[in-house]
Amino acid sequence: MLDLTFTAPQPKVISGAKAEWELVIGLEVHAQVASNAKLFSGASTTFGAEPNANVAFVDAAMPGMLPVVNEFCVAQAVRTGLGLKAQINLRSAFDRKNYFYPDLPQGYQISQLYHPIVGEGEVIVDMGPGPDGKTIARLVRIERIHLEQDAGKSIHDMDPNMSFVDLNRTGVALMEIVSRPDIRGPEEAAAYVAKLRQILRYLGTCDGNMQNGNLRADVNVSVCKPGQYEKYQATQDFSHLGTRCEIKNMNSLRFIQAAIDYEARRQIAILEDGGSIVQETRLYDPDKGETRSMRSKEEAHDYRYFPDPDLLPLEIEQAWVDDIAATMPELPDARKARYMGDFGLTDYDASVLTAEKENAVFFEAVAGGRDGKTAANWVINELFGRLNKESLTIAESPVSAAQLGGVLDLIGSGEISGKMAKDLFEILWTEGGTPAEIAAARGMKQVTDTGAIEAAVDAIIAANPAQVEKARANAKLAGWFTGQVLKATGGKANPAVVNEMVARKLGL
Amino acid sequence: MTALNQLTIAEARDALRKGDTTSLALTEACLAAIEGAGALNAFVHHTPEIAREQAKAADARLAAGDAPAMCGIPLGIKDLFCTKGVPSQAASNILKGFRPEYESTVTSQLFGAGAVMLGKLNMDEFAMGSSNESSCYGNAVNPWRRGNDTAELTPGGSSGGSAAAVAADLCLAATGTDTGGSIRQPAAFTGIVGIKPTYGRVSRWGIVAFASSLDQAGPMTKTVRDAAIMLGAMAGPDAKDSTCSDLPVPDFEAALTGDIRGKKIGIPREYRMDGMPAEIEKLWSDGAAMLKDAGAEIVDISLPHTKYALPAYYVVAPAEASSNLARYDGVRYGHRAKLGQGDGITEMYEKTRAEGFGKEVQRRVMVGTYVLSAGFYDAYYNRARKVRALIKRDFELAFEAGIDSILTPATPSSAFGLGEMADADPVAMYLNDVFTVTVNLAGLPGIAVPTGLDGRGLPLGLQLIGRPWEEGDLLNHAYVLERATGFVSKPAKWW
Repeated sequence: MLDLTFTAPQPKVISGAKAEWELVIGLEVHAQVASNAKLFSGASTTFGAEPNANVAFVDAAMPGMLPVVNEFCVAQAVRTGLGLKAQINLRSAFDRKNYFYPDLPQGYQISQLYHPIVGEGEVIVDMGPGPDGKTIARLVRIERIHLEQDAGKSIHDMDPNMSFVDLNRTGVALMEIVSRPDIRGPEEAAAYVAKLRQILRYLGTCDGNMQNGNLRADVNVSVCKPGQYEKYQATQDFSHLGTRCEIKNMNSLRFIQAAIDYEARRQIAILEDGGSIVQETRLYDPDKGETRSMRSKEEAHDYRYFPDPDLLPLEIEQAWVDDIAATMPELPDARKARYMGDFGLTDYDASVLTAEKENAVFFEAVAGGRDGKTAANWVINELFGRLNKESLTIAESPVSAAQLGGVLDLIGSGEISGKMAKDLFEILWTEGGTPAEIAAARGMKQVTDTGAIEAAVDAIIAANPAQVEKARANAKLAGWFTGQVLKATGGKANPAVVNEMVARKLGL
Repeated sequence: MTALNQLTIAEARDALRKGDTTSLALTEACLAAIEGAGALNAFVHHTPEIAREQAKAADARLAAGDAPAMCGIPLGIKDLFCTKGVPSQAASNILKGFRPEYESTVTSQLFGAGAVMLGKLNMDEFAMGSSNESSCYGNAVNPWRRGNDTAELTPGGSSGGSAAAVAADLCLAATGTDTGGSIRQPAAFTGIVGIKPTYGRVSRWGIVAFASSLDQAGPMTKTVRDAAIMLGAMAGPDAKDSTCSDLPVPDFEAALTGDIRGKKIGIPREYRMDGMPAEIEKLWSDGAAMLKDAGAEIVDISLPHTKYALPAYYVVAPAEASSNLARYDGVRYGHRAKLGQGDGITEMYEKTRAEGFGKEVQRRVMVGTYVLSAGFYDAYYNRARKVRALIKRDFELAFEAGIDSILTPATPSSAFGLGEMADADPVAMYLNDVFTVTVNLAGLPGIAVPTGLDGRGLPLGLQLIGRPWEEGDLLNHAYVLERATGFVSKPAKWW
């Protein structure tokens, strides 16, 4: 079974002008539920449709229209909860969060403030390899996950006098995944989001596309003196921690790190200057690399949350949850452990191969019935290297798993050398085809016929008596003969066979 | 012979099935009556073309022998119902010009059963009011008058147009909605029958929302039998409304056996208000006596939390309304204020809503916003929810003790004069709902039945409250009361 060791998150310490400070970070990740229809309507969720093409009457808040919850979205939230080892609440409820904005047609967002569908869970965050090569893993606790509606989009730059509204996104289901303030540094925050994204993609509950905004994070940052966090942990009393600011709508791992770093230093500078932090919402400006105030607490909305009277409490049955649990896919940590155990891969290689589910599936198709380590080397070094170079995804790879497997089979049987295999891979990449047929058609066949090799070895030895003397004195120089033989045979001789024969003939 | 527009649904149904008349003839009679009743201001949108077309289609169905009970029956539809392609404004300026692209479930079921729409009926704006005076169309007028006094009276509210239209025989029946008494109070003020079904019996889809946890649609009819027939056509499961029950709809008309022997009818002592007019007192005790004569057992009961119902209602209903009405922002449909130079989105909201909403709606939106706001939520909204649970419990205990229905007055008075309450404290107007709001808070079915006239010749009604989902039984009790009182009075035509 899984043998994961992890530690508590480690505080990042920033030295201010006067003192040392620690960071405390909590994240609210908004993940768009992978679903064809919206949370409370049958309208499509397809990205990139014409403005206002995917809008049902209820999405546009037409008079008298009523929401009906989409069962599939609920199932996706439950699946996500199970994937994060979280408590599933068989009874949850929807609340209205009231505020006015043109891209919020109802004048309220339907969310789950008081009774979320998922309770406490956890994420084991990978922080990369430690000095011993083993991945450093840290545990971040999840406080809750709730379902809510996304808002639409207001467009202010199309006309000097008017704003435009696109409701395609209005009512699309989001999962808000709220962490405990367990995260202690910018790198941990980014790694947490990356791991969450990886798990959601494995689960198929969110496509994790951060560029399209399908996964975005609100980051709460505060700073405190060393020792304060431990007091908070002991008492759960937030007053031991500093006042936090919330950086809204971050959709890049790099920006998350940069924003946290900037924000922490901004707060430290204020505190060391004798000032105090104002609890507020801030925006990160990636061009200037700084955070800016969006609105302060005084201007903050009073959302007037109350239970949505159009929706009955959401009651689900344990048997239904069990059915979902029975169809859970293998998750990244389990898969990685299996690769290390079954294929003998290193921690690093297993991490790389399991980072994306599609990559792992590809790797397993290549490795099936073959040597796992060789398969891993080829997938990681040749294939991923080439894909990266050409900015292609695994789905766009010109070389299929079956083709790469064919190459590995030719290597395994000794029919082609490693050098030939690389040439063959290049041909497959640019021209396609079946590896065995290409190798045959292009004479890519390494000579293992010992008679032919022996003749070549004998000829080289006979022609180079001086080199023979040197090699007998220093065995390391025998490689020169091997090189000459390979050259003479046009690279087709099996190097292992040549080596062995040279050594024997030279009496080494 | 009775004029066609004066028929009840049951009479018209039987006549249509026998071929004694046609839906088109009924419809024309109603259209003519509407034409001559402008003074009542009951119909605010007229749809004669739709009516004639539906009537012809109904006649074809009747001829083919495929005719549900409501087939060919001309109805008025409260303006709160969204009717496809027909103005549906909830009597508010903020929905000026709004024609929905969809048909409410209730009207869709009625028209599917062959009913005919004569037009849309006046009401209080967003169903907020008890006198129909908050309508953007001006008030509807009660066809009843105090004897020879020509002062115009309210038909009640919010379904005032529906009540006036049915009482004046402008249609055979009408749809109403009831959030705190909006079917039962106007029914009582105009001498007709109105039932608010159990919450969840009738779909709310396509009905402009006032307070979602309280709103229910129901029929407003000339007789109890008609209420049973029409409710059957309006009710039923609807996948588009999560709060609508999956329970099948029984044959309500078949429940009208007239036999209530052995039934226990509760008289709640908390409904005997200080200063209650003697004639209401008498009406109530006469009603109880009649039910007793019919073989029922009259039992004094207690519903101890009744006195908290009105304040709880006037917290819960505005709270929900403040949120439900947030969508009327001028962005997508209805009224949008003309903006000045430099006005932004905030000014657009403020001006649009200030111009589009009348005073009573504004008052309730503000009250609702206040009771939900941070710092006041627990003191008002949460406390009101707790009170609501206690009121519901009061009724449950009574029913558990074997009570079959509860008899109360429907209103604290007969219809009052239009404008009489104009300068009164709004709370005085809210007192109209004192006997009816408990029923909405508890989600129970309640029916108002006309049982007599007051000293000035105005109708008075009694209310029967039933067990949840037992509208059939409740209608049967009402049927007995209706037969026993023999109420047949009609307003003298002055319009």
